[in-house]
Parts: sequence; structure tokens; C-alpha cells
Amino acid sequence: MIAGISIYEILTLSSILFFIGIYGFFTRENLITVLMSVELILNASAVNFVLINTYLYPDLIQGAVFSIFIVALAAAETALAIAIIINLYKLISSVEVKDTETMKY
Amino acid sequence: METIIFYILAAVIILFAVASVTTRKILRAVIYLLFVLIGIAGLYFLIDYNFLAAVQLTVYGGGIIVLFIFAVLLIHHVELELEKTALKKKLIAGALSAAGLAVTLWTISTYPFPVTDTYTSLEVADIGRILLSYEEGGFILPFEVISVLLVAVMIGAIVVAKGKRLSEDGSPKTEDGSKKLTENN
Repeated sequence: MIAGISIYEILTLSSILFFIGIYGFFTRENLITVLMSVELILNASAVNFVLINTYLYPDLIQGAVFSIFIVALAAAETALAIAIIINLYKLISSVEVKDTETMKY
Repeated sequence: METIIFYILAAVIILFAVASVTTRKILRAVIYLLFVLIGIAGLYFLIDYNFLAAVQLTVYGGGIIVLFIFAVLLIHHVELELEKTALKKKLIAGALSAAGLAVTLWTISTYPFPVTDTYTSLEVADIGRILLSYEEGGFILPFEVISVLLVAVMIGAIVVAKGKRLSEDGSPKTEDGSKKLTENN
């Protein structure tokens, strides 16, 4: 718990971060930058898990464990997505969203 | 003191997050994302979750950002500028995000959170114990599933990124090139 900071201020911060990620997800047209917006969204939710655990249930640690799982899943997802993007670049020489029309060659 | 640090961190996180989704230079966007992730690690340090902050710094700052930089350098020129997004699209996305944010903030501000005043610091040993506990509330099963998932992702990433061979002349494969390749096989 942070002295002098209420839970509302921190939840406001993580909500703003989440919706900045949503905005990027909507507006970006390059697959790598879309993936970066997804990272922002995942991070905002991980922060929420930790903060609600600290402020509401300080004697439990489940929130921290879930946050660790989110980090592991985000790393796995990023590695696989970047592999797919590089393969896609080999196939069609572009990583723009509008050029990726077919799923399988 | 902690209040001031929190507000500095919040300003850094939000500013760099906005910069990361709006800048048109892709490598800069990655570096701004790195600053956001470091700011969040600072937030974890501020609430005394040292282990989580270390995980955030090593996995995100050390691993994911490097992956992104590799991908950017493999695919783009460093100075490449992204296409400009249409103003209409920006406006619609901005309005939708702002509406969602307004609803979320309204819900948060009207919900009475039962905040407790007790405070216990989190020990790393406790995290290790609950991750490997077979008893009720233990996380041994998800822990093992995550390890299987990581192996699957490692193999999958190698298989996917290796892909098919390029066509004969070494040029990136196009629609025709892939046809030629299958005929040759």
C-alpha cells in the first residue's frame, strides 16, 4: 500500500493505461505496433491484479501470483506473435494489417 | 514523499504510453514502451512487491523489448515512418476509448471498495510456497501448465519463424513464388 494514495487514484491510472492501449489497438496499422498496444493492455490488467490484492486483501498473495502468470503468458504470446509476423513478412513482404488477407497459403 | 513519487511515475507512464501509440517512428515507439514498462516496475517497487518488479524488469525490459527491437530491425529500416492514420479513424477510436474510459472511471468512483488498513509485506518465499502447494488454494497445476505452454511456445516459435524456404533466386516469396516452390516439390 502506498502512503497517501487511495485505491481510486491507482485504478484511474491503470484504466487510463488500458484505454490508451485500446486506442493504439484501434488506430495502428502495423502488426508490430498493434502487438505493442496489446502489451499495454496486459500490463494495465496485471497492475490491477496486484493493486487490488494489496489494498483489499493484504494477507493473501493470489493477486501477485496471477500477475506472474500474466507476465509469463505475455512473454509467450509475444514470442509466438513475432514469429508469425516474421514468417508473414517472408511470405508477403509486408506487415501492414490491410495486406494480411488470407490466413493460409 | 511516496505521493510525489507516485505522481511522477503516473505522469511518466501516461506520457510515454501516449507517445508510444501515437509516434510514427517505430523504433521510438518500442523505446517509449520500454519506459512505460519501467514505470510500472517502479510502481511495483513502490508497493513493496520487489519480486514482481524484478520479474517485470527482466521479462519485459530484458526479454520482450529485445524481441520487439529484433523484429523491427529485421522487418523495417530504422528510419521508416509509419503510414499516417486517417483523421476520421483517429477520431472514432479516440471517442470510443474516451467513452469506455468515462464509463470505467464512473464505475470505479461510485463503487465502495472495502479498503483495509492492515499492511503486510510480501515475502518471495510465500510466492514460491503458494506456487508449489498441493493444498487448497495452491497453484501447482497452473504452474505446471505454464511450463508446458512455454515449451510448446518455444517449439512453435522455432517452427513458425523458420517457415518455408525462399524461392530459387533468393527473393522473398510472392504468390507466384510459392506456386513455383510447390510445383518443384
